Amino acid sequence: MLPAEAKEFTGFKARELPEGEYLVPGHRACQGCGAALAIRMVTKALGNRIIIANATGCIEIISSAFPQTAWAVPWIHVAFENAAAVASGIEAALKVLMRKGKIKKEKITVLAVAGDGGTADIGLQALSGALERGHDFIYICLDNEAYMNTGIQRSSSTPYGARTTTSPPGKKGIGQVTWKKNVAMIAAAHSIPYVATVCPTYYLDLMNKVKKASLITGPAYIHCLSPCPTGWRYGTNLTIKIGRLAVETGVFPLYEIVDGRVKITHPIRRLKPVKDYLQLQGRFRHLGDEHIHEIQERVNKEVAKLIALEKFGSFYKTALSYF
Amino acid sequence: MGKRIGIEVSIAVAEAVKLCDVDVISAYPITPQTHIVERLSEIVADGELDAEFIPVESEHTAISVAAGASATGARVYTATSAQGLALMHEILFIVSSMRLPVVMTVANRALSAPISIWCDHSDIMAERDIGWIQTFAINGQETYDLTFHAFRVAEDHRVLLPAVVNFDGFTLTHVIEPIEMAEKEAVDRYLPPFQPKLRLDPDHPITMGPVGVPEIYSEARRQLEVSLLSSKKVIVEAWEEFGRIFGRYYHPIETYRTEDASTILITMGSATETAMLAVDSLRDKGQKVGLVYIRLWRPFPHEEFFEAVKEAKVIAVLDRAISYGMGGGPVFSEVKASLYNLTQRPYIKNFVAGLGGRDIPIENFIEMVDRAEFSAANGLPPTYEHLDVREE
Amino acid sequence: MVKIDAIMGWKKLNLGAAITEPGSASLFKTGSWRTQRPILDKEACIRCGRCWIYCPEAAYSPNGDGYFICNLDYCKGCGICAEECPVGAITMVLEEI
Repeated sequence: MLPAEAKEFTGFKARELPEGEYLVPGHRACQGCGAALAIRMVTKALGNRIIIANATGCIEIISSAFPQTAWAVPWIHVAFENAAAVASGIEAALKVLMRKGKIKKEKITVLAVAGDGGTADIGLQALSGALERGHDFIYICLDNEAYMNTGIQRSSSTPYGARTTTSPPGKKGIGQVTWKKNVAMIAAAHSIPYVATVCPTYYLDLMNKVKKASLITGPAYIHCLSPCPTGWRYGTNLTIKIGRLAVETGVFPLYEIVDGRVKITHPIRRLKPVKDYLQLQGRFRHLGDEHIHEIQERVNKEVAKLIALEKFGSFYKTALSYF
Repeated sequence: MGKRIGIEVSIAVAEAVKLCDVDVISAYPITPQTHIVERLSEIVADGELDAEFIPVESEHTAISVAAGASATGARVYTATSAQGLALMHEILFIVSSMRLPVVMTVANRALSAPISIWCDHSDIMAERDIGWIQTFAINGQETYDLTFHAFRVAEDHRVLLPAVVNFDGFTLTHVIEPIEMAEKEAVDRYLPPFQPKLRLDPDHPITMGPVGVPEIYSEARRQLEVSLLSSKKVIVEAWEEFGRIFGRYYHPIETYRTEDASTILITMGSATETAMLAVDSLRDKGQKVGLVYIRLWRPFPHEEFFEAVKEAKVIAVLDRAISYGMGGGPVFSEVKASLYNLTQRPYIKNFVAGLGGRDIPIENFIEMVDRAEFSAANGLPPTYEHLDVREE
Repeated sequence: MVKIDAIMGWKKLNLGAAITEPGSASLFKTGSWRTQRPILDKEACIRCGRCWIYCPEAAYSPNGDGYFICNLDYCKGCGICAEECPVGAITMVLEEI
């Protein structure tokens, strides 16, 4: 159930966005980095009463090279696969220290940040454990669809057909041969109170969902498509446009799942062809029409599935409809 | 003075953790450690201790939760064994290097394969260089007492390092022993509340665990090394204070009947009490044999160790683990290294025994003494031998 | 390689090499990475703030008159602001050496 505070939250206004910056200029992200932009928006939405547990990855290394830090909020990095576990410890400590009167009682949002490798691959177990245990925290996956920090290797979140340095197209290969793992739905299967997908192109949607996630008690999972000019091979000025096309083609639909109820938050009934999205990116340049068609079919199916989920109203009703 | 009661050692450890008023416990079951966290879960469920008990999905997460909670300023406890400790390996270095005073009990157990739930020291010996304070208990009372000591030392502002208390799987974990239980008031006098020096706090935002560029990594590691080496002073001080309050005194290196001993046995853990019986029996026969047991394994107490063995001509070292490819066991390596710079070095022989729960009876220790003395007398190379292994 | 000031010995290092000065990365001027810079045409600008919200560097900030000004100390020249400006008020020009 949504607490009253969350129900009262009517959303940020484009003209009155919070001015605070908590990932300050001087960080070392690549030009046009979608992940740095996304985390800037996330922290803007949350304000400074937060503690961040960051997994190893792009955002970790670009923000914390000794002796300087780009963080203006408390932040900790422990390892690659355990952001959700470290966040669990922080949340538990805050809870008990406040209860015992050792620190002052207030609402502090615990935010775990990880990339797609740290989430869909090596960190999946720790994430599942933390969601299942019900810690009051937000987990955000900044999904740039490969291990960009180590030099663009494929992850289980890399889309079908994409070229990476470990899924190279060749005489016998087409690039990535597996379909993107759907971690948002895996998170939803834990029956947590809040799951959402976001993309920094839709900044109000992103900030509103993050804020809502912080107002809900219990675990919230947010999956953020974070376009990456370096790994996806497109001009650094196109990050926002690529994100827009990912949503408009249905490749990355925006939705939220509140208490199991699916709501698509950006219309996906009239979609642009996926080719519009793929052709702007060097990682898909080798794909022929046949493979693009295959991807289109898959996207159509996934979108239809999502629309069906929304129509039935909830996972629960979907399940009932089979009987 | 507290009451002396018959109690399983694992349960006593849980009771000690309760008296330490910990804030966060992360727990994952693994034999033979499990009784500690089972009892702690009951203590928390019954409201005897106000703590967050977090039943995690792996030991990797257990230690990661501990790291996050400690960095937030909580007093944190966890416990593990064998494969669980090995799974924590990656994070153990990080906890010490980030100077997080987590306390962990390790119920020493063999590593797979073949899988064995029984006692030896392979698990902790693989973690010698993690930068944690490491102590070994020889019986239940010591395990109980060392738990209070671990928190006091770990959280001391001159130290701020994590600490492991080692006690042997089954031979200690599952044994019911008469243990003198501490009074809450005495523990409170001994262990002040944890005052973190740095913590994750929105009022004072800090960055913990930054990227260690080559210009600073060496300094960060040197800081850890010096902190661990110099923690010995605080460790000894805290044992002295423990003695004043509880009447039981501990030292980095303990000796048993070493006065005028020409041959000295070196042990760690629960086998020590058996070795004492062997020493008694050999002394009864007029042999000048003594025993030295290492309580403080990290930081290694070189001076105290030297003082304890300096008169001996022959040393027989027991190892309950193998240093593969080196020949012999890890305690042997350390003891040799520690004494190498002496001009008059004793003859040091190594015996590997008690792997994977194999019993080490009194006769084994007598055999060690005999064989070591024989090798020394006949000028044989000071190598290592396995005891009680079928060689056919 | 980055020139690192404030490198200290281990005795002066915070516990665990923690950094206690929030946001100190602002000392690190990333503007030198740039090969092109954004030029704002104030006449055309409708002060919507897209350039500000879409800047991965947080290099833009409001100047009080409702305009958003790019701090070239940090602008890496990605060109998102020019691409996303709804009225084409920002153009990217090559940096002259």
